[in-house]
Amino acid sequence: MNYLSSIGSYAIMVREVFKKPTKWRIMRSLILKEIDELIYGSMGIIIFISFFIGGVVAIQTALNISNPLIPRNLIGFATRQSVILEFAPTFTSIIMAGKVGSYITSSIGTMRVTEQIDALEVMGVNSLNFLVFPKIVAMMLYPFVVAIAMYVGIFGGWIAGVFGGFSSSADFVEGLQLDFIPFHVTYSFIKSIVFAFIIATVPSYHGYYMKGGALEVGKAATVSFVWTSVVIIILNYVLTQLMLG
Amino acid sequence: MIEVIDLKKSFNGTEVLKGISTVFEKGKTNLIIGQSGSGKTVFMKCLLGLITPSSGSIRYEGRDYAEFSLEEKRDLRQEMGMVFQGSALFDSKTVEGNVMFPLEMFTKQSQEEMQERVDFVLKRVNLVDAHTKYPAEISGGMQKRVAIARAIVMKPKYLFCDEPNSGLDPKTAILIDNLIQEITEEYQITTVVNTHDMNSVMEIGEKIVFLKDGLKEWEGSSKDIFKTDNKAVSNFVYSSELFKKVRQMYLEERA
Repeated sequence: MNYLSSIGSYAIMVREVFKKPTKWRIMRSLILKEIDELIYGSMGIIIFISFFIGGVVAIQTALNISNPLIPRNLIGFATRQSVILEFAPTFTSIIMAGKVGSYITSSIGTMRVTEQIDALEVMGVNSLNFLVFPKIVAMMLYPFVVAIAMYVGIFGGWIAGVFGGFSSSADFVEGLQLDFIPFHVTYSFIKSIVFAFIIATVPSYHGYYMKGGALEVGKAATVSFVWTSVVIIILNYVLTQLMLG
Repeated sequence: MIEVIDLKKSFNGTEVLKGISTVFEKGKTNLIIGQSGSGKTVFMKCLLGLITPSSGSIRYEGRDYAEFSLEEKRDLRQEMGMVFQGSALFDSKTVEGNVMFPLEMFTKQSQEEMQERVDFVLKRVNLVDAHTKYPAEISGGMQKRVAIARAIVMKPKYLFCDEPNSGLDPKTAILIDNLIQEITEEYQITTVVNTHDMNSVMEIGEKIVFLKDGLKEWEGSSKDIFKTDNKAVSNFVYSSELFKKVRQMYLEERA
């Protein structure tokens, strides 16, 4: 019952976010600030992780194809498929749920604890629109992050495959081009937009409705990471079944 | 003027406010006092519209708040200023940004007009050199003054202060009290202050409402409080030896 009630509260929160919009002049600056915090501020960690994940996928694929009948271009092929279909959209989203999600929960939670949200409400500001809407808009740029993660991941795989002596550059590139289905990229971007919405709203929900003091802010950030990850993993399955199944 | 009629509020079956009726007059500093857990904060949140009462009514200038449309409630809130216990300043904004915020949100004033108004209110609360500082860089007393400046920048009809002196030294607390009283008289605002501070009661209490266990136990002015024979009020107000002596001196002088 508690879970159902939380889902209901979350749905009501999402509806409120789109009501009574804040003045555009103010909203524009809030959106730009959130793009800086949530998107630009996450680029470093995403590039770093994607590069090494791509490399690891290439090495592990290479080490599992000892049979001489299997072509070496499979390394590039497997790296491309793994990175585009799963690692770039889903793995990156889990990282973002930790990095961005805990930031969102703790910042909104701190505003709740220090009565800043009450101050907004007393002034007649729709605090949900003011706090959550810019985050949702900023996170709609998330597919660009995923695109960069795809590129860097595949580049990492190429570096590990070629310089690790597992594949020639020509074989790797041939594998990258083999049986390429453009819809897989579309599928990945659709998933990333859905995950972006989840990363912006689920942590906001946990921060906005938290009760207590500083200790509870920390707890709320942890709970929010767990639930954001759970929702991402479930939706990943559902979307994959719907679009590729 | 704010009129409260038989206000009740329950949480999960526990009655926190048990039927409070009172009137807060325009141009007066109205104080709500009472022990922790007496329902002061819930009462103030009901006045602000942050909590919906279980029953009873709150009338602003004769109109029941429950009958206000959403648009009217929004407009009314823009006529309210609130000073929170912890100041509730926006961490990410400078002092100037905090005070300018309501103007940016709700007016169509030009940048110059807003700047002029912000400079005026900051000067009014005796803060002239803190425009570019962030809340974390200023003292508690200065934060309270910024909160007051933000509360009055829109020229509100109603000013609410939740324990404005908590955490302040006695001298700064008196300055804040005096500032609230001056602003109330100057702009003819209906001011409601939620406090524990007995200095505030004596200094600025033009009307005092004493709450006990969710009920209005007593009401009167700071002068009436010296004469009252209500035990609960006396025990609360004269719990310190200093105030007992002050009262004794006052009564001896009167006799």
